[in-house]
Amino acid sequence: MNRTLQTLALGIIPLIMAGCAKGPGGESASNTITVKGSDTMVILGQRWAETYMGAHPGIHVQVTGGGSGTGIAALINGGTDICEASRPMKNAEKEQVKARRGKEVNEIPVALDGVAVYVHHSNPIPFLTQAQLKDIFTGKVTNWNEVGGPAGKIVVYSRENNSGTYVFFKEHVLANEDYAREVQTLPGTAAIVNAVSKDDASIGYGGIAYASGIRAVPVKKDANAEAVQPSLETVQNSRYPLSRSLYFYTAGEPSGEARSFIAWVLSSEGQKICEAVGYYPLRAK
Amino acid sequence: MRGSGVLSSPREVSIAPSGERRRTGAIADRIASATIKSSAFLTILSLILIFIFIGKEALPVFTSAEVRREAGLSKLFLPQPAKAGARAQFTWQPVSEIPKYSLVPLLAGTLKVTLIAVILAIPVAVLAALFTSEFAYPWFREVIKPAIELLAGIPSVVVGFFCLMVLAGWLQSIFGWTYRLNAITAGIGLSLAVIPIVYTVAEDAFSAVPQAFREGSIAMGASSWQTAWRVVLPAAMPGVLAACVLGFGRAIGETMIVLMASGNAALLTFSPTDSIRTFSATIAAELGEVVVGSPHYHVLFFIGAFLFVITFATNLFGHWWVGRLQKKLQGEV
Repeated sequence: MNRTLQTLALGIIPLIMAGCAKGPGGESASNTITVKGSDTMVILGQRWAETYMGAHPGIHVQVTGGGSGTGIAALINGGTDICEASRPMKNAEKEQVKARRGKEVNEIPVALDGVAVYVHHSNPIPFLTQAQLKDIFTGKVTNWNEVGGPAGKIVVYSRENNSGTYVFFKEHVLANEDYAREVQTLPGTAAIVNAVSKDDASIGYGGIAYASGIRAVPVKKDANAEAVQPSLETVQNSRYPLSRSLYFYTAGEPSGEARSFIAWVLSSEGQKICEAVGYYPLRAK
Repeated sequence: MRGSGVLSSPREVSIAPSGERRRTGAIADRIASATIKSSAFLTILSLILIFIFIGKEALPVFTSAEVRREAGLSKLFLPQPAKAGARAQFTWQPVSEIPKYSLVPLLAGTLKVTLIAVILAIPVAVLAALFTSEFAYPWFREVIKPAIELLAGIPSVVVGFFCLMVLAGWLQSIFGWTYRLNAITAGIGLSLAVIPIVYTVAEDAFSAVPQAFREGSIAMGASSWQTAWRVVLPAAMPGVLAACVLGFGRAIGETMIVLMASGNAALLTFSPTDSIRTFSATIAAELGEVVVGSPHYHVLFFIGAFLFVITFATNLFGHWWVGRLQKKLQGEV
């Protein structure tokens, strides 16, 4: 019984702390910059904020998550200076910002993200198309010989459903269909890499930065496209199909402290942090 | 020394300091008892507060219309179709266009892995305890008891990682299972956490059996094995049962081992070599990022409350049963 309580209490404490940390959003004091949005980007945003605040005492950068949708809603009603989003904003949302704030939306790509598909290093499969990946993860295909590999059941690993990568993969590869029930989920990309590296029938996915001890399979957008290996280069020139940009959005041109913060994020110093957190820097201009 | 007139005057002299000492002693006494009482009270208070908190967060599953539309009781316990027209199934798929919150596969998974762990752990732990208490040389007992108890000190995340990295590979290469991470792998890991608890409590129960029982049995010509099996074990039965109940409670609430070693796929099957997803692992995996106040959030708290009730009921039943058995045994003696 004590164990259960402990488990629950441990789960609850961070929640309470997160609740306390949020505070009132959208302070418009000139030396406070509020950044709100994507959960995928929240660690990246926080690392940027910490480093920036360290170098600029007196400036306060407040970063909160909640999801890209939450961030966009906050931008629409003026609750945040900068919105973080791991997907491009829809036109309808841009219209709303214009209607409510009277300013055009300003889109600033700040980092790149690539999701690699992992298999055991002895797996001879030459490539997988996006359609094949969809069939594997939705459970339509369960044997490697159906996708051009040796006969044998496919063991599928996924991230837990709280992960931004889980959602990205679900949206971009599964076209929003549900993962198969047989898909095993593990806590964290490192656990997936470990499991895949030990299991020669397995497949998994996660950030390319983690891909050691396993093989990242080249991915084809469709049957006729070329098979692309994920790398800094193929993600930066968007040839790799499972890559995406991560964005900052502001209402109108950023001004004051927000402007210098964004300029710093785009500088080589800010872009170096992307790699430290497991994303890719933007292509050098 | 006492009551002699000669010594009465020095005693009078010493009255003041000894009275002082008695008074400070009484104060220290009172402080100590207040501290102990308040810490006992604090434990109960925090228990009640935690239960109120969990209950409050779980309550919208019954009261809030918005939560009930997505995750009412019927959705939690009855099969639901994944899409309109599809076959009704028990599915745990909270992040989806149509979120599905069936607790049935989670309950089945929790019970399956707990059962495997308990079946593996109890015979080993009880026999090891019987051996240590009845047959082992005293020096060996001094070594083996702390060694097994040390097993309880290993953080469960370390046991889980060991299962994920090493044990799962061994078992797969021996038995050729399709899924490395499955209920048996997790159950074996879990039994490592259960064994020390059952062992310690059972060993204490065996040691508490009066020496006269053993002497009587030996005197009547029984071998030491017959004494251990037919006299000591039955006499210690209530303690052994209490050990089993504690072990069950530990197994059902354990989180990290199953999170790492079970594969966490919410399947509803009888096969022990399939992956399973438990209540505790679901809470641990999903609570960190869930949107506060969403149906998903309240369902996770409902699971917590449900787990709390299961362990509470098990402990209560265990207490009642142990008490009954104790009475029966005492009546016979």
